[in-house]
Amino acid sequence: MSTKTRRQTITGVRPPVWFLIPAIAFYAVIVVVPNLQGYAFSFTDWNGLRPDVSFVGWTNFARVFDDPGTIKALVNTIVFTLGTMVGQNVFGLLLALGCNSLIKSRYVLRLVFFLPVVLTPIVTAFLWSYLLNPQGTINDTLVSMGMGWAQQDWLGDPGLALGSVILASVWQGVGFTMVIYLAALQGVPSDLIEAAALDGAGPVRRLLTVILPLINGAVVINILLTLTGGLKQFDLVFAMTSGGPAESTQTLGFLIYKNAFVNLDYPIAVAQGVVLTLIVAVVAIVQIKVTSRKED
Amino acid sequence: MNRYTPRTLVLEIVMIAAAIVFFTPFVILLGVAFRNQDAPRGPFELTWPPSFEHLTTAWETSGMGAALLNSAVITVLSVIGIVACSCMAAYPLARYRARWSRATFYFFLAGLLLAGQAAILPLYTLIRDMHLMGTIWAVVFIHIGSNMPFAIFLYTAFLREIPREYEEAAFIDGCGPVRTFTSVVIPLSRPITGTLVILTALGCWNDFFIPLLYLSASSNKTAPLTLYQFVGQYGSDWPLVFSALLLSILPIIVLYLVAQKHIIKGFASGLKG
Repeated sequence: MSTKTRRQTITGVRPPVWFLIPAIAFYAVIVVVPNLQGYAFSFTDWNGLRPDVSFVGWTNFARVFDDPGTIKALVNTIVFTLGTMVGQNVFGLLLALGCNSLIKSRYVLRLVFFLPVVLTPIVTAFLWSYLLNPQGTINDTLVSMGMGWAQQDWLGDPGLALGSVILASVWQGVGFTMVIYLAALQGVPSDLIEAAALDGAGPVRRLLTVILPLINGAVVINILLTLTGGLKQFDLVFAMTSGGPAESTQTLGFLIYKNAFVNLDYPIAVAQGVVLTLIVAVVAIVQIKVTSRKED
Repeated sequence: MNRYTPRTLVLEIVMIAAAIVFFTPFVILLGVAFRNQDAPRGPFELTWPPSFEHLTTAWETSGMGAALLNSAVITVLSVIGIVACSCMAAYPLARYRARWSRATFYFFLAGLLLAGQAAILPLYTLIRDMHLMGTIWAVVFIHIGSNMPFAIFLYTAFLREIPREYEEAAFIDGCGPVRTFTSVVIPLSRPITGTLVILTALGCWNDFFIPLLYLSASSNKTAPLTLYQFVGQYGSDWPLVFSALLLSILPIIVLYLVAQKHIIKGFASGLKG
């Protein structure tokens, strides 16, 4: 009997392989199979009812890219995603820097800024629909500040509606990015920052050359999560504007829902779903690649 | 530098001002929900004395009580399913180094990249053909399946860091693999289980899209769905709508205030890696 076999009996931790079965079953039935079906169906005229489906090649994708509505939705989705990504990360980082200082109210402030994160997006949507309506709080505040000329129909004006939804989205999500940044900032040794300050680096220089490189991991995860979350956005648009006015807030996530469950146009909804899935996957993979190269 | 200087005071004032602006929507929510129609409107839409009339009407007409209970049942069942399935699956994935084990791990991880929008309709027809439409099981099963990649990723990464010695000791003491799992691995995983419970419970509780598709026409509505349909009915009666809003968020706000430390820590630690 060699030492090797004896060692194996002592370290004989043999987790049962059948432990994998429930997870694989749920994952396969709910995620893997429907996704594969979706990719396959996007090349057919499948409508969910008839058992006989026929292959139609790239027809559905041609319809998707010929449709000005889809292109508009794609542009809206990109604007929304970049807007929330920048807003949540810039304000999240600033709030985290503020909460990472010696101010006495930092724990209460963290509590306040994180509060919207636990709210259902539907609640955020209705709350902000009220604040932004023509007779709502924001316009009232502008009037009482003597800035009545700045009043707007925030959700009714096609030029402003998407920005208004972005505002609500940033309000809801900024506490989340802040908490991730805060956790990273607490790992930055303060003597490094002091040393930079002694060397004459101002607050902005310190942030860009000392702090940001040290919290690189948090920056990456926050950008990734805000990008993929923004691309999939549905709830806020659905409850605040239903894609209007004049389709100015129609995002891809919302358009897919509308084609599937309102227009009952299954082939185009599935094809748009494939397009959105590809965009999200490409963004995620590119980001992971870029960052893993940086760390080398 | 570690002293409270005048500059710190300026920062403190700026931050508090930002927090007040940030918190204003919640004050407005209370002001509108408790609006007294006969009293003059003060700043932030607050009226004095507050009126509880809208709140009682909303409670009686919206069905929010039943919806909150339903949301709670769906959340508890989903979280139990997610934790049980993913913890079990992660144990062999973390301990075996063979090729099949790594391949299975990556098979689950691939799910993190999928947006899932292409799967909406195939899944919808599947649930319809399984006659689960309108049942809470449709929502629970979808929550469990779609959370597998993230949950298995968290558990596997965590279990890989735990030394095997504990399990070996249990083995020498005569524990079988299942017993080792229940009395050694599960207790050792408590920190990551806590994180996962917080993240997935919030996700399931706040989910709107899945209940919208599968429970809209049923009597098993969740709180966000009930709220949505209530607003569709009483759209412009803001005091009534905001009372329903308040009722629907009350449990989560109370829970947040009680467990805020754990919730914030859960987010920070669960999503960093």
